Amino acid sequence: MNPEQIAQYIPRLRRYARALVGDQYAADDLVQDTLERAINKRHLWRPGSDLRAWLFAIMHNVFVNQLRSRRSHPEETLEDDALPTVAPSEGARLEIRDLQTALTMLPTEQREIVLLVALEQLTYAEVSHALGIPLGTVMSRLFRGRERLRALMTGASVTPTLKVVR
Amino acid sequence: MKFSESELHAYVDDQLPAGRRTALEALLTQSPDEWTRVVVYRQQNAALRTAFGPVLDESVPERLRQIEPRKRYGTRLAIAASWLVIGGAIGWLAHAWIGPRVALQTLPHEAAIAHAVYSPEVRHPVEVGANEQEHLVNWLSKRLGARLNAPLLVAQGYELVGGRLLPGESGAVAQFMYQDAKGRRLTLYVSRLPGRQRDTAFRFSQEDRVAVFYWIDGSLGYALSGELPKAELLEIATVVYRQINP
Repeated sequence: MNPEQIAQYIPRLRRYARALVGDQYAADDLVQDTLERAINKRHLWRPGSDLRAWLFAIMHNVFVNQLRSRRSHPEETLEDDALPTVAPSEGARLEIRDLQTALTMLPTEQREIVLLVALEQLTYAEVSHALGIPLGTVMSRLFRGRERLRALMTGASVTPTLKVVR
Repeated sequence: MKFSESELHAYVDDQLPAGRRTALEALLTQSPDEWTRVVVYRQQNAALRTAFGPVLDESVPERLRQIEPRKRYGTRLAIAASWLVIGGAIGWLAHAWIGPRVALQTLPHEAAIAHAVYSPEVRHPVEVGANEQEHLVNWLSKRLGARLNAPLLVAQGYELVGGRLLPGESGAVAQFMYQDAKGRRLTLYVSRLPGRQRDTAFRFSQEDRVAVFYWIDGSLGYALSGELPKAELLEIATVVYRQINP
């Protein structure tokens, strides 16, 4: 593998990172860290295997590590329905028609999968491989992510998933 | 419902086998709620592609472009390619002599990649700065299992910025970084080589924009990389070599 092979995927890595992180600068930081790690770990890439899927797998790991290190109180990877929610009141009802805002309200593990499938058009098996989670988990997160996005976008009464701050 | 939730999503994402697709479409016509969801999910996919698609056409920022290939091809590429072929042939023949193949063939390429990745770095060019030079040299020496020195290149106009530890083909690798007044950077890549090696003379490799002089000395492989003319880099490589072998 040489830098040219990796370089051809930079625009796609940037697109995914932008959708995942939101902020352009932070997204490019994620891409930069991913590229550096890919170069350092290039001996682990098996020639002939899918380089794109490998790069997205690295980006996932870097992203997860960044999230962990930013939290002083590491949050367990809870599925959103496992998180306590507040009963919607009139005041808390949100109408969200902006796609990017809606995306930020998806739990990260759902956002990643919705985006990899929509933007990168990875197969479910490739997503499972890249994120290192079982296929069944990929599917259930995809179901929930899409339904949640639908609810957010149609302005249905949405209960924001409140992260438990301890 | 005669189809699974997974199949519905696979239909949305065009991941359903062709044979099953027609059957599912027939079933969906009788399930308006499911059909609505298919439409909505497809709209989600399309909206996401529309919203973020333009990122693909943005120009890639300089800091990410450093590992991209040079855009201008032509004679320089042909020259570089012939260098690689000749270098590769020499390297291969030499390896038949010395044993372990890893040493010479990968050294300049690895060094050039490490140079291309770290030399443009503004915030974190090195792990340990030159202000802690003694610690830096001791640390890297310990990790490589060989006594290292950071050559002094002030007379050539280059100050030591610092260094970092990198993973290489055969274990830990040290990288020292230097910078001149114009901000141009050189890196010295020092790799511990496996087995017994035969000392070599200077060899040159042009790896894309990065020029590399490399050689083997005892159990260590050295590679000096920079985006400099060959003659200029050779002068500095000679100084480095002399300082290591006083």
